[in-house]
Amino acid sequence: MANATQSPLPNSTWKPRIVAFFCNWCTYTAADLAGVSRMKHFSNVRIIRLMCSGRVDPQFVLEALAKGADAVLIGGCHPNDCHYVEGNYKCLRRYQMLKRMIADMGIEPERLRLEWISAAEGEKLKRVVNEMVETITKLGPLGLPQKFEQWDREMEEFANHVAARDAAAGGGCAEHGTNTQPLETAHA
Amino acid sequence: MPKPKVAFYWCASCGGCEEAVVDLAEDILGVVEAVDIVFWPCAMDFKKADVEAMPDQSITATLLNGAIRTTEQEEMARLLRRKSQFLIAYGACAHLGGIPGLANQFSREQVLRYVYEESPSTVNETRQRPQVKFAEHGREVSLPQLHHVVRALDQVVDVDYYVPGCPPTPALTKAAVSALLENRLPPKGSVIAPDTALCEECPRKATKPTNLAFTEFKRPHQVLMDPDTCFLAQGVVCMGPGTRSGCAAACTVGGMPCTGCFGPTSRVRDQGLKMLSSLCANVAPKEEGDINKVLAGIPDPVGTFYRYGLAKSLLRRKVNLPVN
Repeated sequence: MANATQSPLPNSTWKPRIVAFFCNWCTYTAADLAGVSRMKHFSNVRIIRLMCSGRVDPQFVLEALAKGADAVLIGGCHPNDCHYVEGNYKCLRRYQMLKRMIADMGIEPERLRLEWISAAEGEKLKRVVNEMVETITKLGPLGLPQKFEQWDREMEEFANHVAARDAAAGGGCAEHGTNTQPLETAHA
Repeated sequence: MPKPKVAFYWCASCGGCEEAVVDLAEDILGVVEAVDIVFWPCAMDFKKADVEAMPDQSITATLLNGAIRTTEQEEMARLLRRKSQFLIAYGACAHLGGIPGLANQFSREQVLRYVYEESPSTVNETRQRPQVKFAEHGREVSLPQLHHVVRALDQVVDVDYYVPGCPPTPALTKAAVSALLENRLPPKGSVIAPDTALCEECPRKATKPTNLAFTEFKRPHQVLMDPDTCFLAQGVVCMGPGTRSGCAAACTVGGMPCTGCFGPTSRVRDQGLKMLSSLCANVAPKEEGDINKVLAGIPDPVGTFYRYGLAKSLLRRKVNLPVN
């Protein structure tokens, strides 16, 4: 049981859940273009529109993963095309360090991807989304909420142990008794 | 009127927080005058059974320092929670997991193997390790079990207030104790320190450039630092912009950059990520290769950005470690 939750295997019901942060001016518009052009891509991406890729706080990325996303995709304007001039560079710099950081924390760096997709590149958006869904399907679920639950099971088990021990001692502390004499001999 | 009862307890920490209480110097006499210390294993002779014998909620406040690393610490935290009206996480380890929280990058097996077998100063030919239970002469003795995960106090029990710092300064300790004694308590869950970034009280603030542009990061031992200029302007990582104030800028006044022990302000969920965000966005180059050359000046991002906050970060622990 414990092992089953520790490395949740991809099964027939699991599908990757990818949170995508797209900038309003380029990548979100590209997604719109892909839509009105009736291009088909995997539907595993939940898109969140931000004004700029420079608005992507690293906290958003890790919160998405911690709450159950399997991967995060960030889309912004090509270099030199940022509506706010510098936002996409800020995003790129944060992304480079964040990728190192998540690797150090045991998350495959492939679970975080940054792509420059202009408003005209509906085709590229389709390709990137499909590639990412394939990559994450191969990697399998990240399953952080399940991991957090599993980590905290040691506290639950210990609380049960203490409750059982105290009950056995009739409300007092089993190891130490209720007066200090046995306590001191026990520690002598 | 009976004096309020106060307890101090020490979990996974270095002992510096206990020193910090004594650092109140002669002010501690006023505290001792005003309260009854009912439990303080570091300084006075009380036993666990004494605490167990107290009625629930009979201790006015417990100041608990240290992270929760072992079953014993967890049990004591739960016991003291039950016996206290206010439980105060005292110091960075109880508040954020602190330095012990960095062990969340390693499994229990890795930690034990290194400490009892591999560290250069270890002599242990038979590879003995401490056992949780051991029987000899028909008597069984036990040791606490090491948990897999290091936790901040509020990840184990409900916490009323936080006194931040590694260690908390005497001024903060005094402020917290007098708030308690005079019943001027802030809303539950407050960190008893100003809710502004350290830069606000740093005397080097005037030299902090409006537009930072890092062309390299230097570590304190690699550079002769100017004593009056903002560390960030000198290319030295300083956690000041991502860290709560309240320490009177003790480190930056003393010539060293802030390492973040006061934790984030109330608007930030994850101190390390916020600092990563701020610092990296201000790297000068725009090309991937050049950016990475600059970022290589921060060789250990987890240890730099999460020096004290790993246990309370969004991920809490290296996610691919086993728990059995």
